[in-house]
Amino acid sequence: MIAPHMYKMAFLSKGIALNANPGQFVHIKVPGDNSLLLRRPISIHDVHPQTGMVEIVYQVVGKGTRILSGMNAGQFIDVLGPLGNGFTISREIKSALVVGGGCGIAPLKLLMRRLKDMGVVVKALLGFRSREAVYGLEEFEMLSDRVLVTTDDGSLGRRGLVTQVLGEELQQLPDMMFACGPTPMLRIVQQLAREYSVPCQMSLEERMGCGIGGCLVCSCAVRTPDGGFEYKRVCKDGPVFWSQEVMLDEAPNER
Amino acid sequence: MKPRMSVKICGVSFKNPVIAASGTFGFGREYAEYVDLNMLGGIAVKGLTLLPRKGNPPPRIAETSSGILNSVGLQNPGVDYFIEHELPKLLKYDTRIIVNINGNTIDEYCRIAEKLRDVPIHFLELNISCPNVKQGGVAFGTHPDVVYDITRSVKAHAKQPVLVKLTPNVTDIKEIAIAAEKAGGDGISLINTVLGMAIDAKKRRPVLANIVGGLSGPAIKPIALRMVWEVAQVVSIPIIGMGGITTGEDVVEFLLAGATAVGVGTANLISPTACIDIVNQLEEYMVQNGIEDVNELIGGLEIKSFC
Ligand SMILES: Cc1cc2nc3c(=O)[nH]c(=O)nc-3n(C[C@H](O)[C@H](O)[C@H](O)COP(=O)(O)OP(=O)(O)OC[C@H]3O[C@@H](n4cnc5c(N)ncnc54)[C@H](O)[C@@H]3O)c2cc1C
Ligand SMILES: Cc1cc2nc3c(=O)[nH]c(=O)nc-3n(C[C@H](O)[C@H](O)[C@H](O)COP(=O)(O)O)c2cc1C
Ligand code: FES
Repeated sequence: MIAPHMYKMAFLSKGIALNANPGQFVHIKVPGDNSLLLRRPISIHDVHPQTGMVEIVYQVVGKGTRILSGMNAGQFIDVLGPLGNGFTISREIKSALVVGGGCGIAPLKLLMRRLKDMGVVVKALLGFRSREAVYGLEEFEMLSDRVLVTTDDGSLGRRGLVTQVLGEELQQLPDMMFACGPTPMLRIVQQLAREYSVPCQMSLEERMGCGIGGCLVCSCAVRTPDGGFEYKRVCKDGPVFWSQEVMLDEAPNER
Repeated sequence: MKPRMSVKICGVSFKNPVIAASGTFGFGREYAEYVDLNMLGGIAVKGLTLLPRKGNPPPRIAETSSGILNSVGLQNPGVDYFIEHELPKLLKYDTRIIVNINGNTIDEYCRIAEKLRDVPIHFLELNISCPNVKQGGVAFGTHPDVVYDITRSVKAHAKQPVLVKLTPNVTDIKEIAIAAEKAGGDGISLINTVLGMAIDAKKRRPVLANIVGGLSGPAIKPIALRMVWEVAQVVSIPIIGMGGITTGEDVVEFLLAGATAVGVGTANLISPTACIDIVNQLEEYMVQNGIEDVNELIGGLEIKSFC
């Protein structure tokens, strides 16, 4: 446990540790309870290619994550991955603004590590509920040039939501913005990215089945050039999408 | 000695009786990374419609005890796109291809069958769980007369053998199956998903955006077995049984109940290698029980009085 209801788990998988890109996820079979059929998608938090160690950070919100949090060291776990597209990091990016809220902070560590390795100037805006919910701050600080923390209750860093300071931070325009967090946060990030004309990649969540693109249950609406929309698969076409293409508002109703 | 695994449906032989069920295996391509598609008895592709369909808004899936509810709403790129872009990739594999077709009117089904006439696929699978627009949206598959009409009409346009895929959401599955056989249906697949619903008590809202959805997975296996067994008593055309199969032993149960082959659906969502794992388990079961030919199992249920 790294914060109330937040757990960090590490497992060994050479394949995932060597091949993972930031923003990709693993699909985990909940052990021990066969009545829980579906795997749980959890972002890759960090990897250590030499040892084959993969880290995830998750919040206990229901049955599946509760069972995961009760696992002991040495137990086996059935994991599929790395899945999804992950963030696109091109050579042209010299400066990046990384925005995360709550559970959405988890995938940003590997992202910041890769950006840092490429010499990108990284600024991170991380929003937590309160001081108790904050985790890994030292590591985030090591992996970036500046970390700004907000808490809903002001018990650490700035009081309020990350989106309230995002406008200020955008006075200095980054080459790329990366965001992951709850939908209301993403909505504001999307709006500000448009206002300031900053390219922005955001990672989305949707309930999943197969996780590999075969069952079409994990759809999100994405704008098409003709002014309409189509449903894309969060597991395969995402979970990372360009902010200008995603439709975060009430899902369109046309079939 | 290696047991013989192959079965025949309407003269078409399948390497083994395990077929990936429609809608849970994409167009095969998505799974090719994880399994050798040549090892499958067959693949039933994602349900196709005449024109592309966007499908229902998310969330489209809910987990229930030993089951899942889905409301994908037949998202698909349309039959023309399938023929041009997906089928060529699928044809590289040595497996049987079943094309699941769907429509809002009988005419739409017929036009799809027409488009597929000269295409090298092995079977058409008529999904009659779709709402019939002309009859106020009641599923085609719930009235024997409508089942008769739709099967007969599609048969008149189709070149390949036609499997009629039955919905379990009916009072008497036997009369529906009989209607399909009388109309010239070449085989029967059953069951499609069972209509269900999930509610989030905390939010006081349905979990699915579509409110209701189709239940599948181990939760529906007893219903599926019962229906396969009932239908096997009243028709003589072959049956592809499905509903909740996750192991080789489940396959044995469906064969005993009277199915000639089986469909594996939800299990593919749990593990991409599910179909192959199930084939291997079936083979293992046969070796352990001294069964040389899988056909020995079909309809082999022993019913004796229990007293
Ligand atoms: C690409 C992706 C990455 C994610 N990364 C993380 C992460 O790094 N850390 C973290 O804490 N959470 C993450 N989530 C959310 C996580 O998947 C859910 O919190 C988890 O599945 C809940 O499972 P449960 O059994 O505890 O909850 P229950 O509510 O009991 O689950 C019931 C069903 O709903 C699904 N479900 C419930 N909430 C979500 C959700 N928010 N997103 C998708 N499916 C959901 C479950 O998978 C399960 O199938 C991610 C989701 C996605 C799609
Ligand atoms: C996500 C999903 C999509 C499905 N799509 C279709 C479809 O397009 N056409 C169809 O005839 N059946 C469809 N089905 C039903 C399955 O093919 C199968 O009949 C049913 O799920 C029961 O088998 P199972 O318990 O092994 O999943 C779908 C099922 C699921 C879970
Ligand atoms: S979860 Fe099956 S397509 Fe995305």
